[in-house]
Amino acid sequence: MKLTRRQILKGGLAAAGAAAAGRAGARERRQPPPEAVGMLYDATRCIGCRACVTKCREENKLPFERSADGLYDQPVDLSGSTKNVIRLASDGTRTSFLKAQCMHCVDPACTSVCMIGALRKNPVTGIVEYDENGCVGCRYCEVACAFNVPKFTWEKAVPRIVKCELCRHRADPGKSGPLAVANPACAEVCPRAAVVYGTRAGLLAEARRRIAEEPGRYESRIYGEEDGGGTQVLYLTARGFSFQQLGLPDLGRNAVPAVSESVQHGIYYGMAAPVVLFAAALVAVHRRGGTDDQE
Amino acid sequence: MATTETSPVGGRFVTPFVKLLLAIWALGSAVAVVRFTRGLGAVSAMNDGYPWGIWIALDMVVGTALGSGGFAVALLVYVLHRGRYHPLIRPAILTAALGYTAGATAIVFDVGRYWNLWRVPVAPLFSSGGRFGWNFNSGLLEVALCVMAYTAVLWVETAVPVLEGLEAGPPGRLRSLAVAVRPALERSLPVVLALGVVLPMMHQSSLGSLLLVATTKLHPLWHTPLLPLLFLLSCVGVGYAAVVIEATFSGAVFGRPLELRILRELAGVMAALAGLLVVVRLADVTLRGRLPLAFAPSLLSGFFWLELALTGAAAVLLWRRRRAGTPGALVRAAGLLAAAGALYRIDVYLTAFDPGNGWRYFPSVGEILISLAIVSVETMAFLFAVRRFPILPRARRPAGSVPARAAS
Repeated sequence: MKLTRRQILKGGLAAAGAAAAGRAGARERRQPPPEAVGMLYDATRCIGCRACVTKCREENKLPFERSADGLYDQPVDLSGSTKNVIRLASDGTRTSFLKAQCMHCVDPACTSVCMIGALRKNPVTGIVEYDENGCVGCRYCEVACAFNVPKFTWEKAVPRIVKCELCRHRADPGKSGPLAVANPACAEVCPRAAVVYGTRAGLLAEARRRIAEEPGRYESRIYGEEDGGGTQVLYLTARGFSFQQLGLPDLGRNAVPAVSESVQHGIYYGMAAPVVLFAAALVAVHRRGGTDDQE
Repeated sequence: MATTETSPVGGRFVTPFVKLLLAIWALGSAVAVVRFTRGLGAVSAMNDGYPWGIWIALDMVVGTALGSGGFAVALLVYVLHRGRYHPLIRPAILTAALGYTAGATAIVFDVGRYWNLWRVPVAPLFSSGGRFGWNFNSGLLEVALCVMAYTAVLWVETAVPVLEGLEAGPPGRLRSLAVAVRPALERSLPVVLALGVVLPMMHQSSLGSLLLVATTKLHPLWHTPLLPLLFLLSCVGVGYAAVVIEATFSGAVFGRPLELRILRELAGVMAALAGLLVVVRLADVTLRGRLPLAFAPSLLSGFFWLELALTGAAAVLLWRRRRAGTPGALVRAAGLLAAAGALYRIDVYLTAFDPGNGWRYFPSVGEILISLAIVSVETMAFLFAVRRFPILPRARRPAGSVPARAAS
């Protein structure tokens, strides 16, 4: 055999590199489950009353975030005690409200990185669900989420990840349709139908209907239909007020974890690359007898 | 190739330096009590924007790079059969075992729900009715499993000199045990050594892949599909640098023979690696059209050039020292490469990471104290091990090696 260990190693590395390069970007686009549920937020209808923030707190048994004088519940961002928040955005002249909560991505980064599946996308509803029993508290989900949604209870000795789960605990199995699997408190209390709950397909139709009825009122695009691989929470914004000005990230069409997963799987090639490397290393070590003291 | 003769250094363990380390360990332990009773927020500056701080970026990501000397020297000695590097292997493996254990310890402090850690290696067996299992999309799962397995591998490799030390000790149960166990251990060594080369290649590259998913947060000068390659190259370079520094230190402090000839040769290897890192980094940024960002007047472009300058300077210095470097010059050049590698890794995990929304992070006193305490225990364990067990090359004067005291 003419091959030296070095050549085997180099060959293995080169193959792994080529595989990584060839496979990157080859990942197919994921589709939402047919019965996926979600929410539609219409920034042009929101009056910033924050009834949704208070009701979310109540129904999810989350503590208040008090102002310095203790008189107000005043959350400024999502946090370990706030799963839903209303922010004020500005484009320089005009202002608009923005409701922030988990986007329930079609192809989520948080579930892609979660080690043993504490965060998991429900295969039927598409809700991104959290199970603290499988969570080690590594917080990789926080690093991965482009929307900065998952939060951690830093002040607790027994901490957990906190994020919107679309009030799946308020589901009523006795009902039919979307209410059988979840029932977001925020949508229930909204006095202006600025946030509505339903199937993703139904919400897309509703969003298109609103745009078609008042084309002068809305930007013609629906945020979340394609953005970041698609989300199950969809957004409408006022004409001339961009989604980025509103505070939503510009993600393009591709899912956030598409590249990282492709590179990772490309390098490993279904564990073939490490196995080949191991075999090559074993052959190389054996050639020489291998033990520490008898080389 | 001759066997390397090794012997314990002996001498008193508790020196004034060790007393200082004990004091730091005590301070860190006090902070640890607060961390476990009052939560992470009570001692750390980490936050929802920067959920990973120095325990990850320094203790784990930089610490295991410094501990990669074990893998990098094993690659030379056992796979590429460059037997002349053998005198470096035992201290390098010990340093690696301690470095990886220190990193793993930092993880236990860092993760919020540490009592669930047991589930990670056994998730397929205890799936709680199919709820949990290994998620092979997760780079962190790969890192976690590999680091656990590799740490075990390193301790098996470290067990050889420990058992030898016990065999040479006074008769008793420990000695009989060592005599009984060592042959079986040595039979398993080829598999262990092969794992010891493959596992680090896997998880060191994956440590780079971890930040690939942060497409909107990691600065474009650092975010590249080549992150795994860059991390792999940097761990080998930093690992050799750590070996050079450690060997020179052991030579100077314990009067052990300094294999100056092989350290110089290693300097040539490190120079090539450092040069390759500079070329790959520049080519990557240029070919993907991101070079203009490096000329934008910002703090981050400064860090980018600082990394390149340090790595480039290390390459030049190491190349010049590869034939006639003094121990001091070699250590300075190796230190430069280690610093460059450490800076690159910290930049990827912290400096060039911006979650937006005005989030900021600077490590708290509590985080720093726990980090220092972990390093203190690691250092004490190293000092204890080389005094008690045959790790360092025996004091002798074969041709080509120079007593370090005289040389430095």
